[in-house]
Amino acid sequence: MKIRKTWKWLLLPMVAALLVATFLLAGCSSGSLGTITESGSTTVQPLAEKLAGAFKAKNPDVNIVIQGGGSAVGIKAANDGIVDIGAASRELTAADPTLVKHLLARDGIAIITHPSNPVTNLTMAQIIAIFSGNVTNWSQVGGPNKAIDVVAREEGSGTRTAFQDLVMGKALIKADAILQSSNGALKTAVSGDPQAVGFLSLGYIGSSVKALTINGVAATEANAKNGTYPVVRPLYFLTKTQPTGIVKDFIDFCTGTDGQKVVAEEGYITVD
Amino acid sequence: MSRYFIDRNAKYLVLVCASTSFIILAAIAIFILKEALPAFQHVGFTHFIFGTTWRPTMGGFGILPMIIGSLAVTLGAMVLAIPLGLGCAILLAEVAPHRVRQFLRPAVEILVGIPSVVYGLIGILLIVPLVRQIGGSGYSVAAGALVLTAMVLPTIISISEDSIRAVPRRYKEGALALGATHWQTIWHVLVPAARSGITAGIILGMGRAIGEAMAMIMVTGNAVQIPTSPLDPTRTLAGGIAVEINYASGLHENALFAIGVVLFILILAINSIAILAIRRGRHAQDVC
Repeated sequence: MKIRKTWKWLLLPMVAALLVATFLLAGCSSGSLGTITESGSTTVQPLAEKLAGAFKAKNPDVNIVIQGGGSAVGIKAANDGIVDIGAASRELTAADPTLVKHLLARDGIAIITHPSNPVTNLTMAQIIAIFSGNVTNWSQVGGPNKAIDVVAREEGSGTRTAFQDLVMGKALIKADAILQSSNGALKTAVSGDPQAVGFLSLGYIGSSVKALTINGVAATEANAKNGTYPVVRPLYFLTKTQPTGIVKDFIDFCTGTDGQKVVAEEGYITVD
Repeated sequence: MSRYFIDRNAKYLVLVCASTSFIILAAIAIFILKEALPAFQHVGFTHFIFGTTWRPTMGGFGILPMIIGSLAVTLGAMVLAIPLGLGCAILLAEVAPHRVRQFLRPAVEILVGIPSVVYGLIGILLIVPLVRQIGGSGYSVAAGALVLTAMVLPTIISISEDSIRAVPRRYKEGALALGATHWQTIWHVLVPAARSGITAGIILGMGRAIGEAMAMIMVTGNAVQIPTSPLDPTRTLAGGIAVEINYASGLHENALFAIGVVLFILILAINSIAILAIRRGRHAQDVC
């Protein structure tokens, strides 16, 4: 009798453990036959999700799994064959493996200030000096005698990485810059501080902040498209080999008329 | 189904409930440790805790600035919240007429339920511009401490008030009978007698403050540096995890889990102190 009782006290927690395990495993069920997997750049991620949604509306049998991870992860995963499509929000370099690039869209990065700031133009050299902490007062770049509050994105952000590559080069963004964790939060921070300067994806620019001209060129979709605006990065889908089957269908859809309509709706620059 | 059947088996039902919650807790702890381990192995525990450079995408994994950031905002909040909270608790327990208390007490309790993101919004709209008037960008240790003050006050007030009320009536009667004034009774008899409960309230508030992520991301500026003035931006441990987890992968992600372990240990320590304080208080009251 006593043994049976002890046994029961052991059995029930085991049942509970089983319940928890079942619950956890339920989240890991595998996909069906027609599944496309994509991972990589978090800048591409929201766009890829919208594109996948539009594609699925026309092809309900196909399942598309979109994941983040960053451009580096996307390049590696595509090269290792872990995913069908890798996503990158930067140009591939000599250090990267050779992959088939499918240009999905372009994204410009604007330098923004508070609308009341009299400064309207900065040169590339001035931008580097401000973000690296060598220039700390607006009077040094033709503005009022006020300190510059540098607002940047957090470490690992695609926009920060692209800004680092396209603008800063070898110089580092200063350690005491204020960091915001999304394009939206950064925009709010700059729109509330007359002394602030920050960088923002073109799709997010609105009347609450002012986009500066860089070397005299305005941050507009047209200038980004014709190549005169200097801070533009490509958004790529990457495949290991020339795609076939549903993967080809999906990529063709994204680079085609329907897909580019989604690209434009999301505020990115279309490719022709 | 007879009530005897229910009676015999109810204990097993509650056992299943209890073990499920325990297993979930254990699973969380094991999972966090497992994810954090590669970071500790790669960087070394001491270097991780005492390193001052945080550039996770370039191999810098020191979290000392975040530990100091967390402690700075928490300490600042406590310096403001303890006198304010204690004063309010005394008012509610001893000074305010019944009708005022009936209004104030639920108001304080509602404050506990306000989501932290709302405190963060108020911080961005009100406190950050206010601090900017004094100097700097406004995103600062001071703004973080002020927002946390508002967040921990309700906890400190309600627990302190309860413990002042729980002081046996004979203490107050004795003090008054000996000729002490009302204020002397409050300050020299009631508050010291309720000390352990008040301490527990303060420490629970501290636990909430140190674990707060959302509101801190919104108002502290998130710069990873050791602040040298209350007007400098800073980053807290919890805020650091939440800011970067979206984009982290590989060792960077492991390092964020490792921050979670450090936070886990800090909060565990704070809660253990709270439990000890409460126990000691009960013991003291038993003796009297």
